Amino acid sequence: MLSSQKISLAKVAARAFITPLTVRTFASSAVARTVSLDLHKNSFETYNCDAPSLEVKLPKEELVRMYQSMVVMRRMEMASDGLYKAKLIRGFCHLCTGQEAVAVGMETALTAEDKIITAYRCHGFTYMRGGSITSILAELLGRKAGISGGKGGSMHMFTPNFYGGNGIVGAQVPLGAGVAFAQKYLDKKAATFSLYGDGASNQGQVFEAYNMAKLWDLPAVFVCENNRYGMGTAANRSSANTSYFKRGDYIPGLKVNGMDVLAVHQAVAYAKEWTVSGKGPLLLEMETYRYGGHSMSDPGTTYRTREEIQHMRSNNDPITGLKQRLLESNIVTEDELKAIDKAARVEVDKAVEEAKASPEPEISEFWTQIYKKGTEVPYVRGREPEEFHRY
Amino acid sequence: MSSMLKKAAVVSIPTVRQALLRSNPLLANALLAKRAYNSKGGVEMTVRDALNSALEEEMTADEKVYLMGEEVGQYNGAYKVSKGLLDKFGPKRVIDTPITESGFCGLAVGSAFAGLKPVCEFMTWNFAMQAIDQIVNSAAKTHYMSGGNVDCPITFRGPNGAAAGVAAQHSQCFAAWYGSVPGLKVVSPWNSEDAKGLLKAAIRDPNPVVVLENELMYGVSFPMSEAALSKDFVIEIGKAKIEKEGTDVTIVAHSRSVGFALEAAYLLEKEGICKAEVINLRSIRPLDVDTIIKSVKKTNRLVTVEGGWPQYGVGSEICAQIMESEAFDHLDAPVVRVTGADVPTPYANNLEAYAFPDTEVIARVVKRTLHKQIGAK
Repeated sequence: MLSSQKISLAKVAARAFITPLTVRTFASSAVARTVSLDLHKNSFETYNCDAPSLEVKLPKEELVRMYQSMVVMRRMEMASDGLYKAKLIRGFCHLCTGQEAVAVGMETALTAEDKIITAYRCHGFTYMRGGSITSILAELLGRKAGISGGKGGSMHMFTPNFYGGNGIVGAQVPLGAGVAFAQKYLDKKAATFSLYGDGASNQGQVFEAYNMAKLWDLPAVFVCENNRYGMGTAANRSSANTSYFKRGDYIPGLKVNGMDVLAVHQAVAYAKEWTVSGKGPLLLEMETYRYGGHSMSDPGTTYRTREEIQHMRSNNDPITGLKQRLLESNIVTEDELKAIDKAARVEVDKAVEEAKASPEPEISEFWTQIYKKGTEVPYVRGREPEEFHRY
Repeated sequence: MSSMLKKAAVVSIPTVRQALLRSNPLLANALLAKRAYNSKGGVEMTVRDALNSALEEEMTADEKVYLMGEEVGQYNGAYKVSKGLLDKFGPKRVIDTPITESGFCGLAVGSAFAGLKPVCEFMTWNFAMQAIDQIVNSAAKTHYMSGGNVDCPITFRGPNGAAAGVAAQHSQCFAAWYGSVPGLKVVSPWNSEDAKGLLKAAIRDPNPVVVLENELMYGVSFPMSEAALSKDFVIEIGKAKIEKEGTDVTIVAHSRSVGFALEAAYLLEKEGICKAEVINLRSIRPLDVDTIIKSVKKTNRLVTVEGGWPQYGVGSEICAQIMESEAFDHLDAPVVRVTGADVPTPYANNLEAYAFPDTEVIARVVKRTLHKQIGAK
């Protein structure tokens, strides 16, 4: 299985879906350019554990890259929004606009050995875990160049260290505990982060996963992305206890300002250290907010006010927040940020064109990958007896 | 399921043979008389021990194979299938889980995504309904949805179908349920060779495989061939086995029903009524329809036998596939299904006996089929 994973990685890389990981990791020489920034004192709230340090130390390049990643992610989701409205994207499409700090802040605290799994709002994580923008957009368009060959769509995208992209609310949480189980079984010094929303947090299997993770001290971190609404149901209408970071009972937890990418980074670095050192699982609650509806078919205004959305955009935006930080600390100039913004637009526009240029998958792909190549069933039936495929 | 019920099920194990004798003396006697239905060999082995040796051999061969489930470790398995494995392989590889099917099944699937080869035991398949989403949506579909980027080499196993005297919630066959799902392979062993060879094949298969065992067969002994005793013995998934050759009618069965079908065939032959061919499906998905077609072309008559409910069942699928094949033109009589009754399984002994196929019902249906002709009169 390890070797087949390598093959799978090589295969994926060969299809040029994956940006080389080195691009996103900073060289050790950059340590000299490390800067120190102080987090707001209300960045964390704790449950049976100490708070992470409020002093964030990161190389300048990394801070700039965080900004860049968030800007690219937002551009990518804006492009998805446009493509959906142009009826080029089918079915469900869940955007992460407003929630960028979670995926970006997590990535800077993790390595490729660490794994992430989430539900259907997965475009941002796929990008941060190495999926190219073109491969993500092409997947949304159902094209051959899509990261899953056009077979998964918006909700099903995977990279060698990202287990999707899962469509059944809550089911990804025990799956993630299983990935952590494998890490422990194989003596890997790495952790798995399982993300779920405030809506999914009430699923029974989430608690089943908590229980086993604690029982067996798995290197599992459970991350509740609390964006305040499970579809249109406000957290306090779905959850008897909305302190999601306390809901692990016997598992310590941390509430994090999920709109501050630096606080996310700090909390995730802390969580990784916690669980890899053998202390067992940890819960993180990322307080965040989605600007758009639950999915493209939801205007997102029947269960919350426009004022609320506007307020979050004006006062809590993760990109604006980091921008101010970077400018105040003289890490970058306004012009440099503008250049990043412009480059992001160009990059995403180019990816949109590449994705659109990709043909639809070959019809022959209809029959592949139901079973692993070489171990298929003898034949698969189509819609009528004379429509079939023999392997 | 309550822990009390689970205990009750366990207590019944030593009495399986008696129960078999009571509920089906014909089959039990036939088996006790060691009639040569299967491969000849000097060694006898229970289905339970065959499964145990399959697990032991595959865990010895591959460090990534591990066993997880309720009571598989310290308790030695609710039905003792995993007896001794904890002692041999330790708690890292034989893992007792809490009673949370959805959670531990999902966890096992996740570990398969990440490179392990779990054997996920359900104390019975009835409880796997709590976890069916993880089996169908996570295990069966992820390889396809990911464009081949994620593999899921997992084995789900446990006793399936009716046990004795455990009523409706613990007496159900899931062959049709899992057999309908693309991405899964589903096997259903009958005897000890089937059990060992199919479980080993399932563990080695890089796809999710559902192994539907049968509690009432666990304690039954069968001869094992020399080949079947080898650690290299595997049975190819997707191939049916002709257990008895015949010329007048084909009886297709899986799991425990194979024994009844054989018994009926021998009975009818002894009475000089017909020579029936008996096919042991072994695999539910893929379904070896080619073997059935070939047999029907020879015998021109077909009866299917299963313990599951009639509607949308294994027999229904076989009927449909025969209709769509060239074998249809070779039928001299309509295909008939012998199935479990379309009723939730009752508890009382006499009512329960009415719920599932046995030798007498199969013999009756075969006789009736022999006199049927296609074409309205």
